Amino acid sequence: MPNSPSDTPRRVTVRRKGPLLVEGPVEVELEDGTVVSSDRFRVALCTCRRSRRFPWCDTSHRARS
Amino acid sequence: MEDTGKEPLLPAPRGPLSTAVANHLRGIGPLPHDEEVAAAPVYGDDFQLALYLCYELHYRGFAGVPADLEWDPDLLRTRGALERRFLAALRADARRHDRLDDALAGLLVEPVDGTGVSHFLRDKGELWHLREYAAQRSLYHLKEADPHAWVLPRLWGRAKAAMAAVEFDEYGGGRGDRVHARLFADLMRDLDLDPTYGRYLDAACAELLVTVNLMSLFGLHRSLRGALVGHFATVEITSSPGSRRLAEAMRRTGAGPAAVHFYDEHVEADAVHEQVVRHDVIGGLLEEEPQLEADIAFGVDATVFVEDRLGDRLLADWRAGRSSLRTARDREFTS
Repeated sequence: MPNSPSDTPRRVTVRRKGPLLVEGPVEVELEDGTVVSSDRFRVALCTCRRSRRFPWCDTSHRARS
Repeated sequence: MEDTGKEPLLPAPRGPLSTAVANHLRGIGPLPHDEEVAAAPVYGDDFQLALYLCYELHYRGFAGVPADLEWDPDLLRTRGALERRFLAALRADARRHDRLDDALAGLLVEPVDGTGVSHFLRDKGELWHLREYAAQRSLYHLKEADPHAWVLPRLWGRAKAAMAAVEFDEYGGGRGDRVHARLFADLMRDLDLDPTYGRYLDAACAELLVTVNLMSLFGLHRSLRGALVGHFATVEITSSPGSRRLAEAMRRTGAGPAAVHFYDEHVEADAVHEQVVRHDVIGGLLEEEPQLEADIAFGVDATVFVEDRLGDRLLADWRAGRSSLRTARDREFTS
């Protein structure tokens, strides 16, 4: 099937600040071997390592006043 | 067309304007004169309920009110008079940023010692505060994402695709049991509230009506599509950290799993939505229509203004140990 989603590369959006955006669904394997998944249309992966819902972004990267 | 029997009941009027509009919906009595619209306090109970009644015909209507009154020219004329005053007041009273980046900058910084409603609920909220908050907010959350869907035909290309994707997520990604309005109904059951649509309209304070009327105003007018997008961005940007505090409040008070889940879901979902709305919805819209920047900024500023007013009202009541609800029957169970 030429239009099957599996034939098109999965887009990952990288920005200088903020999470990595990946087209869902996504499975993430963590250091301890646990696998977590999200079937959202797009998934925000934490890159600042501050998220309390790691590996998912919870906006903890924001500047604080 | 007759109603289907599932529409909410018409609320009790709160003054001459809402009395006249409600009577018109029942087929009796004249609509308010322009002088009456001009004389009523614009953010007050009577004015805001009159506008809310006009808008609700575009959502679910009311029991006993013919559905076709949605496009009744006389009622639309009254609605227009109310809207012009409301919009002029918002433009005059909300803090104004000409540049969108300036309007958004404040939202993207997280205060260490925040003093908003979600901070109060996280730190000091009791179950009755959480019930009141949910009862008030149910006027929006039971139609969550609906006012924003109206902007879709007014967008193009990247902005439209991104807005539709976020709305799809709000509507449960194609699954009825994950529709955010449904998740909120589940939260209400955990809190022993009645999740019937419109049940707490009589209980909601004027400041809450203002927040919902703002979305309807922006959603129903193509001329305000920029403001709608700015409003939506504000909701999505502020939702994730606020939802985390509310989830903590629900956990601490033992509100129940559905109550916790609603806010946990919004921590994650809105962290994604914020990125998509800022970069693709706003970015895409500005590529197509760069002249809308000031309108988008106005949508941000107006949303901050009405949300701050609501927060001040709720905290003033709660700090004084008072209920924020207008109806005695709903106050009773909270204390």
